[in-house]
Amino acid sequence: MRNYSMSEPRAPKSQKVPNGKAVSFRGSGFAPKSRRWVGFLVFFVLILLAEWGTRSGWISALTLPKPSDVLETFGELYQSGLLFKHLSPSLSRLIVGAVIGVSVGVSIGVLIGLFSYIRSGLVPLIAAIFPIPKIALLPLFVIWFGIGEGSKYALIAFGTFTPTVVATYGAVDNVDRTLIRMGQSFGLSWWSIVRKIVIPGAMPGILSGLRISLAIAIILLVAAEMLGAEYGIGAYILEAGSLYDLERLFVGVVILSCLGVIVSVIISFIERHLLNWRN
Amino acid sequence: MDIRLDGVCHSYNDFEVVSDITLNIASGQIVCIAGPSGCGKSTLLRFIGGLEIPEAGRIFQIGAPPEGCLNPLTYIFQDFALLPWRTVTGNISLVLEDHGIRGVEARNIIEDVLARTNLLDFAKALPKQLSGGMKQRVAIARALAVNPAVMLMDEPLSALDAQTREILMDDLIKLWSRQPFTAVYVTHNLQEAVRLGHKIVVLSRRPGKIREVIEIDKPLHLREFGDVDLDNYQRQLWQLMREEARAADAELLNV
Repeated sequence: MRNYSMSEPRAPKSQKVPNGKAVSFRGSGFAPKSRRWVGFLVFFVLILLAEWGTRSGWISALTLPKPSDVLETFGELYQSGLLFKHLSPSLSRLIVGAVIGVSVGVSIGVLIGLFSYIRSGLVPLIAAIFPIPKIALLPLFVIWFGIGEGSKYALIAFGTFTPTVVATYGAVDNVDRTLIRMGQSFGLSWWSIVRKIVIPGAMPGILSGLRISLAIAIILLVAAEMLGAEYGIGAYILEAGSLYDLERLFVGVVILSCLGVIVSVIISFIERHLLNWRN
Repeated sequence: MDIRLDGVCHSYNDFEVVSDITLNIASGQIVCIAGPSGCGKSTLLRFIGGLEIPEAGRIFQIGAPPEGCLNPLTYIFQDFALLPWRTVTGNISLVLEDHGIRGVEARNIIEDVLARTNLLDFAKALPKQLSGGMKQRVAIARALAVNPAVMLMDEPLSALDAQTREILMDDLIKLWSRQPFTAVYVTHNLQEAVRLGHKIVVLSRRPGKIREVIEIDKPLHLREFGDVDLDNYQRQLWQLMREEARAADAELLNV
């Protein structure tokens, strides 16, 4: 090795620890990571606690049903075949309603994101109908669409529509304008730009909006079924509630929670496949 | 195909950006537009490509674009403008799809432009996997795919580090030497201007007016890193711009 400069200070030859304090590390935290098993553990501990409390008696049977009883009731529901009798109409209502609401919502949201007049005309309207509790409109929907499935579809569709619109036009606004300029500069048609640049660019925002919309759809599903439905999770919960049958009430609640988790898992799956281009 | 700008003027909210620009861009030449920030050079490039309309003055295409030209005026952007959800191949096929070019024909074009930009090994990669220099190469390949009559390059190397910039300049020179193309190259970097420009147009600031046009006769392939002739040109350009660059730096932004 050559020495370029003789006057440069040299590193001390001895490996002796120099006098002074070691620099302390202060850069920890603020970077949460996913620890999958912790979620299961929290559930498990809570259920165990409830089981122990109800068994030993410091939680009275009127406060909380025994988790093992709830499980048993669920088993009975499954064996009697009533589970699917309740679940299948609920699922079909959820799917039909959410599909209508989300597809109309995404279309209107894209239009709001792209056209000045539609934007100026519809944004105040959406702001006006967003805060209305859609459940309050159920009687109106019953008059418009009948007591049958129509009013339930309408309620769920309407409830998912507004958050989807807001999420979609926000997402369209956030699409990188330089990509759209690029499309124009290469002479792409309007429809090509929307299909190949705007919609894929807005997809992350649309999907995260979908999480909220679908949770709202589940809430509204129960609300709709509490009013005039023979079968359905909502009807089941309402019936159990009016009889103060806490075990059955909890079975219904647990089914709803599971539905929420499943929907969330499905959206995560779609995100992983559709958005694998993100960092 | 030549481009002619005729008395182009423009202002944003009573604020004159460019004023009376008359300029000829001859076929097969690289014309660099250099100037301090705020001289309206990028605005000028948007006018040339038809992404914006000037208030006064006109821009003409003289002569027909070459045969097989899909998009006569084609941009290369500073921030690459690649679709992050499409692979390298997908980004290039994007600009072919609208012209009805699909299948084997598209594959041949894509393969050709990837070979010319040394990207064949990266055909299946997503933009997030590529370095800045590679991304800009993809953007260049995409521009070549439509066989443009004039390339409009908006600070194409400004987002890259100095070493990558040097390498890409060499690549551009090779590309031009093999098959001369017409380009308008906007930059604030004088070193790029003297390396790549056959003609360098220096704009003044606020409003952007043509201050000087310098022609460099030395062939592109003989211009090298640290070339003395080029250094002289660069010094000359810097002397023209220095005071205005200082003024640009000291300006309060009214946004």
